Amino acid sequence: MTELLTMRGMELAFPGTQALAGVDLTVARGEIRALLGENGAGKSTLMKVLAGAERPDAGEVVLDGQPVQLRTPREAKAAGVHMVFQEMSLADNLSVAENISLGSYPHKFGVMRWSAVRETAAKALAALNISIPLGVRVRELSIAQQQMIEIAKAVVGDLKVLILDEPTSALTETETLELFALMRRLADRGVAIMYISHNLEEIFAICDSVTVMRDGHSIATHSVAEATVDQLIGEMVGRELGEMMPKAIAEYGEPMLEVRDLVVDGKTEPVSFTVRRGEVVGFAGLLGAGRSSLMRCLVGDLPRASGEVRLNGVPLEPARPRDAVKRGLGYLSDDRRASGIVAKLSIRENVGLGCLSLNARYGVMRKLQERRLAEQTVSRLRVASSSIEKKVGELSGGNQQKVVLGKWLAAGVDALILDEPTRGIDVGAKTEVYELINELAAEGKAIVLVSSYLPEVLGMSDRVLVMREGRIVGEHSREGITSEAVMYDATGQKRPDELRETTAADVVADLATSSAAAGRAATGINHPAKEQK
Amino acid sequence: MTTLETTPRSEAADGARSQVLRRLLGPLVNQLAPFTIVIIMCVGLWILSPYFLTASNIKGNLVQMSSLAILAVGATVVIVAAGIDLSVSTIVALAGVISAKAIVDYGLPVPLGMLAGVIVGGAVGLLNGLLVSKLGLPAFISTLGTLSVCGGLALLVTNGQAVYGLPKNFGWLGTGSVAGIPIPVIVMVLVAVGGHFLLAHTTLGRAAYAIGGNPTTARLSGINVGLVLVLLYVISGLLAGLAGIVEASRVISGQPAAGANYNLNAIAAAVIGGASLFGGEGKILGAIIGATILQLISNGSNLLNISTFWQSVIVGVVVILAVLYDQFRQRQARKV
Repeated sequence: MTELLTMRGMELAFPGTQALAGVDLTVARGEIRALLGENGAGKSTLMKVLAGAERPDAGEVVLDGQPVQLRTPREAKAAGVHMVFQEMSLADNLSVAENISLGSYPHKFGVMRWSAVRETAAKALAALNISIPLGVRVRELSIAQQQMIEIAKAVVGDLKVLILDEPTSALTETETLELFALMRRLADRGVAIMYISHNLEEIFAICDSVTVMRDGHSIATHSVAEATVDQLIGEMVGRELGEMMPKAIAEYGEPMLEVRDLVVDGKTEPVSFTVRRGEVVGFAGLLGAGRSSLMRCLVGDLPRASGEVRLNGVPLEPARPRDAVKRGLGYLSDDRRASGIVAKLSIRENVGLGCLSLNARYGVMRKLQERRLAEQTVSRLRVASSSIEKKVGELSGGNQQKVVLGKWLAAGVDALILDEPTRGIDVGAKTEVYELINELAAEGKAIVLVSSYLPEVLGMSDRVLVMREGRIVGEHSREGITSEAVMYDATGQKRPDELRETTAADVVADLATSSAAAGRAATGINHPAKEQK
Repeated sequence: MTTLETTPRSEAADGARSQVLRRLLGPLVNQLAPFTIVIIMCVGLWILSPYFLTASNIKGNLVQMSSLAILAVGATVVIVAAGIDLSVSTIVALAGVISAKAIVDYGLPVPLGMLAGVIVGGAVGLLNGLLVSKLGLPAFISTLGTLSVCGGLALLVTNGQAVYGLPKNFGWLGTGSVAGIPIPVIVMVLVAVGGHFLLAHTTLGRAAYAIGGNPTTARLSGINVGLVLVLLYVISGLLAGLAGIVEASRVISGQPAAGANYNLNAIAAAVIGGASLFGGEGKILGAIIGATILQLISNGSNLLNISTFWQSVIVGVVVILAVLYDQFRQRQARKV
């Protein structure tokens, strides 16, 4: 095999995170290369750089022996690099044929040459051995067919590198196999395929080689024939628990939040757990495991299909978030900008949002009291700002997150659900958030900590529950917990004590025989670039 | 705003004094650009026309802008929550003819008849609010619909004819005065003060800013978004009804075609005064300054013999410039 693509010393920093810290990567013509790693390891960022969707701070890309500048998706496509994103970028009101040549319509003096449009599309589909009628609107196609159209778009030009970001997360077993067949045909024609996935079985089934990424570094590259599941998982999690998260042991009290057989429609199976006063219960799992849906249902942001929730011993049936807030259950969402802060309002106003009526009499704001409460909260959380009148949108991510936490502190909640509380904030602020979690637990608040960052959830929790495919599949107490054990639960892999020396061949055989879509929960990419926005 | 922020201040020494100064001047400084325009326009008109700075012209200006200012307060309240109310101009007409009809045809006493007009405005506002918050229609569409409905109703109830024969005291609200101050001006000031209190000092106002800034955060923080929106549209409707009876009272008749230009002008006044159509920003003082600018354009055109056709062009240009300036200012702020 001959070398097709080399990336050298790729670096890219986002505020608060070094998404890529000098990544080297070499891929051969016709090779199918898996990129494996936890959420936020840098897989998607690296591929976005390659596809021209992000600009690196440093590093060079050599394609086909030529150094190339891939500054925009357009330049990348011209160079033969095409990325199929998870959220597909088709115009779903247009036909298959129109979509395939979208962006480069054949025309004569601005008038569309429809025959050429159809011809291009027919050729692209024929090359991939796909039969989808050209005139159908994309909206009417299945996800799998839409993905085929995305790939067809790529082969219209001179395709050299095809990047697939979690392509199977929404596909059925049969569709997955069809996609694999298509990938193999493309590889046989010399196209290099970059395959981003969490799913180990699939990687063993279709890829030639696998690169493990972690914390913005490429850790190792193996041929799949030689790699073992244990080895890959070890390399994925790799870290020791940082000393930045000293978990203070708090005294547990009465059960505060009790959840019995809670079902969120289409998102979870019946889920049960209890959080006591002073206890921090961590929720680990891959994205799409149902953790966020479960939390949003608990606070009344998603409808509950069945099950019972008790807060402080009294049934809690929130029809909307304000019912939960009234009862003293706060929710810090996983997307600070979209649903945590009001960027245009001041720190004071944001802190007061959860307790408007507390700071008012007959609907009239008591400004002095509000200001005092905001000042207390800000000094307790050490929000770095010259004034409480500063707009929250102008603060750093860490300080914004402290303001959101401050909102719930000021509201005096008894139980707090924290969904990815340290996402996209810098290390210093992270440590402060951890300290605050300890303090809140010590005060007797019940805390649910959802995090995709294993060291965090392991380091901060008294107990860790692991979710996969909408179910709680593992429970680990603080003593003796390891990231490997959690990762095995999260990915649905057998543990080493159940099956020694799982080899690639075993796993492939597993995939072929088992009809259940094992490990299908391994979906979604947690991408630092997205988190920053 | 920028001037105060960037001057180096010796915090400890004159902290207290500057605090007081900032509290007094702060609101005006925030509206610095529109306020400067008002000053420049006044100075310009004073130089160009000897008549501008006479008591009767100033009084006339204040009376003429009162309805627009009342509507601009309503527009601001809704725009702050990222909404928009396009129905106010025909509410003005509908409220006017309903109160005139109620008095002339059904013999209601004048105060009750006027109250009926205001209530009709509030009812349309309630409808707008329910369409937006309960049925989830875009505010633009709901209020565009009620705009047309109210316009049609105003014509239907009157058969397209103005309603005359109102008792003399119907004119008190629009033409009377207390201690030499015209009543419409007093109403305008009361509405402005009330609107400012609502936005700056009540939980409803704070909720409006929060919803306009980020509805999801507002909801997750426990704010009753639906109820707040309904109340805001009701307030806008009530104020439109009030403007409607002030207008009717000024001409002592119910005019089914009243209020024609008010829609865009009310929104324009709010926007010139710094309200953002994306929500989360806007102040009553700004809206009043905006209404003043529009009034000065109208008055200036009359005094300087500029065709009324040009007025419309000038208003449009000013609105566009105001929004451009606002975007420029926000981009500067973001860079810091």
